[in-house]
Amino acid sequence: MIDRIPSGFNPFVIPFLVGMGFVFAYCIYALVKILLQLSFEDRKKFFLSLVNPKTAAKNIRDMFCDCLFHVKLWKRNPLLGYMHSSIAFGWFMLIVLGHIEVILFVPTRINLFYYPIFFNFFVAEADQTMKGSLLFFMMDFFLLVVLSGIALAMVKRVRSRLFGMRRTARPSLVNTIGLYALWAIFPLRLLAETFTAHISGGSFLTGPANWIFRQFLGNDLHYLPTWWAYSIVLGIFMCVLPFSRYMHIPAEMLLIPMRNAGLKIRNARKGLTRVQVFTCPNCGVCIDACPMSVSKENIKDCTVYLTRQIRRGNEKRIAEISDKCLLCGKCEALCQVGVQGPEIRIQQRAIRDYSIRQDFSDIAVNEVRKSHVVYFSGCMSQLVPSVGRSVESVLKKAGVEVEWMDRDGGLCCGRPMLTAGKTEEARSLVAKNTEMILSSGADTLVVSCPICYRMFVENYALPGVRVVHYSVYFDELVKAGRLHLTKSDLCYVYHDPCELGRGCGIYDEPRRLVGQSAAIAESDRCRKESICCGGSLGSLSLTFRQREKITRAALENLYASKADAIATACPLCKATLSRFSDRPVRDIAEIIDLQSR
Amino acid sequence: MADFGFKLSKSSTLDLDRTDTRVYDILCKTDPDIRTCMACGSCSASCTAAPFCGMSMRKVILALQRGQDVRPMLGKCMLCGKCTMVCPRGINTRHLILSICKYYD
Repeated sequence: MIDRIPSGFNPFVIPFLVGMGFVFAYCIYALVKILLQLSFEDRKKFFLSLVNPKTAAKNIRDMFCDCLFHVKLWKRNPLLGYMHSSIAFGWFMLIVLGHIEVILFVPTRINLFYYPIFFNFFVAEADQTMKGSLLFFMMDFFLLVVLSGIALAMVKRVRSRLFGMRRTARPSLVNTIGLYALWAIFPLRLLAETFTAHISGGSFLTGPANWIFRQFLGNDLHYLPTWWAYSIVLGIFMCVLPFSRYMHIPAEMLLIPMRNAGLKIRNARKGLTRVQVFTCPNCGVCIDACPMSVSKENIKDCTVYLTRQIRRGNEKRIAEISDKCLLCGKCEALCQVGVQGPEIRIQQRAIRDYSIRQDFSDIAVNEVRKSHVVYFSGCMSQLVPSVGRSVESVLKKAGVEVEWMDRDGGLCCGRPMLTAGKTEEARSLVAKNTEMILSSGADTLVVSCPICYRMFVENYALPGVRVVHYSVYFDELVKAGRLHLTKSDLCYVYHDPCELGRGCGIYDEPRRLVGQSAAIAESDRCRKESICCGGSLGSLSLTFRQREKITRAALENLYASKADAIATACPLCKATLSRFSDRPVRDIAEIIDLQSR
Repeated sequence: MADFGFKLSKSSTLDLDRTDTRVYDILCKTDPDIRTCMACGSCSASCTAAPFCGMSMRKVILALQRGQDVRPMLGKCMLCGKCTMVCPRGINTRHLILSICKYYD
């Protein structure tokens, strides 16, 4: 392999250099800006995590698994996984192999930025080229892999259902330009390398193709324009990259270490939020995931459109999208890159100005009697009193002495306040409840509402108090032999409440309890993919009618299991589902109360 | 004054020509379902904040129509959403409360 062009330069590399320079400059500017936007503690945490060998190893592993191999997509749909990983990993390998070729054959040119990309243009085959045949083979192989991915991407544009996606996000103009540029890059690369294959050498793809073309193309005049075209589409792709969804390629490499460092979203637009907005690849997985998308009018309120509107700075739409969301967390659970849709929305709600602000610091709290176990039923259990009664009755059967903290009305846990964006007010409620719980001297706090449970787990500091959802507590009582269950002949399907399942990761204990007291069936979409009942307090602006459609969709999913009755572990889900359900909806506490002695 | 066994109280007549209904008018635009309220009081009966400040969504809507002060009532609302859950007219009272908090001057 020898250098063919003594100067090592041809003007066609300029579009590529311009694009590459622009992307580098933009990414460095964005990186510095985002790091400066982080709070001092977060920045310190981030840098410390980079030098911590454990997190560093995790970062590298995540980058390979998520950015190159798209493991999560493979798990979701193998075809979708292959499409993404073939393009990402194939392209990555082309760049790596290009560098290896330069290092091996023309080491003096390694300082030239564009050499690995346009290697085949600048070199000519010499006698010892056999050494390069393996590399040439691999280059052609990975080019073929990328081309197969591009072909699949084209099919996906028209038939996304083949890839397990009912709906995809509508591409914006800049995304379309980026998309077509990306599609054009690799066929043009193939053509360019084909035309020069008789000079620089080629393998199973470029070699024969070159032979075919040479049968009817008489001269070499066409190869320079093709290299120009290849360089130009690369340049176009790089120039639109920062403004299009393809920004997710560099942004994900920042999001992964930030996530592994344990940073949290603290600002509506800056810092981690900005990184996540950049990282959203507009794939549209969240559209199918979103329970709201049962109505066509709500499709444009999914997370993918939120990130797009934040990038555009369209305040009106940002407010609309943020307020409508149920905060069920399904988009976050299914997101391939880890965009935290609900958290970003809560931050958007938190920057609003209210002229009336709530303050709870001066209210007198009711005294809680001293007890080892305290039960907090929460607002929703009070609205569905049978839940509270059942929990108390079951605990009595198991011989647990319990003090009901808010039997005659108490304070709200603060989560509805928090999700509405009123952080200060929520803190004020948290302080009051903390005071009450700690004054009771309890060591266990049993909670029957998943909304409260999540709030207690995430936002309360209760030293020496174990916060436990009743389903987990009952499960322990059964295991300890303090509660004996008999099986009924009913068959229940269990509906995973969003806050308990996706919010707190409790999936098995409720199922075990139902399974011990009745037959249990599974719905199509359960656990992480369960559909919100539609009653969620997360949404501020969904109307009653829109919620009804969501509830009916959730019920259809549960009916498909052919169960006689629906079991759930959330009073709000019970109230919402039973409004439209054609079969009984029971809270697990009620089922256990019926089936225990 | 002689004790007649009854007393005269101040007139509580509302002069609707002089009431300031600006907030209510804004709310009719932002939350049009406020007009469908039939003052059944389900919201007030289920309210978590009622024991602390006499919060009652029914009274708040009435007070807004009459141009009266709603600040003390809303000052203890916990946004728990029970009023929305029980509303027989399907009014999104929770959003209404946030709108009032936003537009009240």
